[in-house]
Amino acid sequence: MTAVRFTPEQLAEVRRLQALYPEPRAALLPVLHLAQETFGWISPEVEAYVAELFGLAPAHVHEVVTFYTLFFRQPPGRHVIAVCHNLSCHLAGAQEILAHLRRRLGVEVGETTADGRVTLLAVECLCACEHAPMAQVDDRYEFDLTPEKVDRLLEELR
Amino acid sequence: MSGERLLTRNFDRPDSHTLRAYRETGGYTAWAKAQEMTPEAIIEEVKRSNLRGLGGAGFPTGVKWSFVPRDHPGPIYLVVNADEGEPGTFKDRYLLERDPHAVIEGMLIAARAIRASTGFVYIRGEYVEPWRRFQAAVAEASAAGLLGRGFEVIVHRGAGAYICGEETGLISSLEGKKGWPKLKPPFPAVRGAFGMPTVVNNVETLCHVPHIINRGGAWFAALGTRTQGGTRIYSVSGRVRRPGIYEAPVSITLRQLIYDLAGGVTGNGRLKAVVPGGASAPILRADEIDVTMDVDGLKAAGSMAGSAGVIVMDETVSIPEALMVVARFYAHESCGQCTPCRETTGWVYKIVRRIVEGRGRKEDLDTILDVARRGAGTTICAFFDGAVGPYISYIEKFRDEFEALIPR
Repeated sequence: MTAVRFTPEQLAEVRRLQALYPEPRAALLPVLHLAQETFGWISPEVEAYVAELFGLAPAHVHEVVTFYTLFFRQPPGRHVIAVCHNLSCHLAGAQEILAHLRRRLGVEVGETTADGRVTLLAVECLCACEHAPMAQVDDRYEFDLTPEKVDRLLEELR
Repeated sequence: MSGERLLTRNFDRPDSHTLRAYRETGGYTAWAKAQEMTPEAIIEEVKRSNLRGLGGAGFPTGVKWSFVPRDHPGPIYLVVNADEGEPGTFKDRYLLERDPHAVIEGMLIAARAIRASTGFVYIRGEYVEPWRRFQAAVAEASAAGLLGRGFEVIVHRGAGAYICGEETGLISSLEGKKGWPKLKPPFPAVRGAFGMPTVVNNVETLCHVPHIINRGGAWFAALGTRTQGGTRIYSVSGRVRRPGIYEAPVSITLRQLIYDLAGGVTGNGRLKAVVPGGASAPILRADEIDVTMDVDGLKAAGSMAGSAGVIVMDETVSIPEALMVVARFYAHESCGQCTPCRETTGWVYKIVRRIVEGRGRKEDLDTILDVARRGAGTTICAFFDGAVGPYISYIEKFRDEFEALIPR
């Protein structure tokens, strides 16, 4: 595992973000996003490192990290498929999409495939209900899912 | 029945998100006009328009702006609530992606009205593409000299938490904390972000402001009902032929929206129920859809306009299952701060799930109604009341369906 350290350029970005807000601590979420992009997930070591950059107690950073769903506290797979299972997607067959993904990937919701390729999640409304059922695949929204479309998406994920 | 499109008029242009396209269709002329107006005159015009907040609470926008103290010595902040998360709602995603300059122009005018020098735009973390689009628009507006001359915009990404759409939860989150709502008063207009007077406005609300400045509050008011002006964007999903966004005057009826605009009901073709204003709005039966979609119209019908997310269910939909899905959402999203909310949302989900799974007990429905009624109004923010609406309305209006699942 690589050492938990930002590059000098990233550190400059941290300082820029901290100076952007009336209080430096307001940059905590942006810096945690940067940390997750850099280190892949928010480990206890990353929490401690970020806390140090802000002069905050690690417990405070932990409290923030655990409050939000987008911060991973376990290493995720190389790709994350987050299937919406809220009402409109439910009405459009989200459970069938999730069942299909569980079968194809051989994992339960919340788990990562043994080869580390995909983490499967079920999430609350992503606000794209006009295209239900839908999912977020990494940064992208994927609309109007069918088992066939899911199969095509899986083929593209390496 | 659809009338003139204000908010969505550029959506069909592939380059609608660019400064050039926005300017070609009259963009930033309202800002030019507003610069000749006093802050008080801007607020008066917005008050006259009967514009009401379109994020969910429906509070009159001009009145909200007028709560900011005029003589405050320190900074004043404008915060844009782009933390769209109400199940069934997707309008702000379109506005951020397809008309980001309308948001910026609305911000410029609002900032002048409340004398803010900084605007924060809080975009939900999952909205990566809208965030990129919006940032690009801010860069364009800055390069064009529209921003950075007395007013700057900071784009802030959330990290996944529905409660941050509640304005004081959003402020906590913006300050780098977990998104716990705060007790009011003090209201944000007096003591908000970083302890300073702050106005939090929804994306769509601000997009209306340039039109009000250009064409006048009276014109805008006349588009709507007696107590709410203008159009709004209805997000329609569920069992309809044409799910999508529809901009219409707030005087449109739910029936018109479902049948005339969204093309009618799919599934078995027969309407059973509709959620008219996002998941937190009490459900309506098929015989309750001759109601206007403005704030007061839906309130009179026992529901709420909320975020204008319309979720349609045909006769084949199981209402207990739908409530299970909605109850799971509230259990997941409760921030955990207030005991009635934290405990009730978790227990109601478990109870509804056991009913759906055929393991319900005969006292279950009355237990849910009892804890829902006792807890309503006892918490710091409106989140729990938003859960109580569906708990009570689904059970009261479709009690037979629940009872049929409970073993005798």
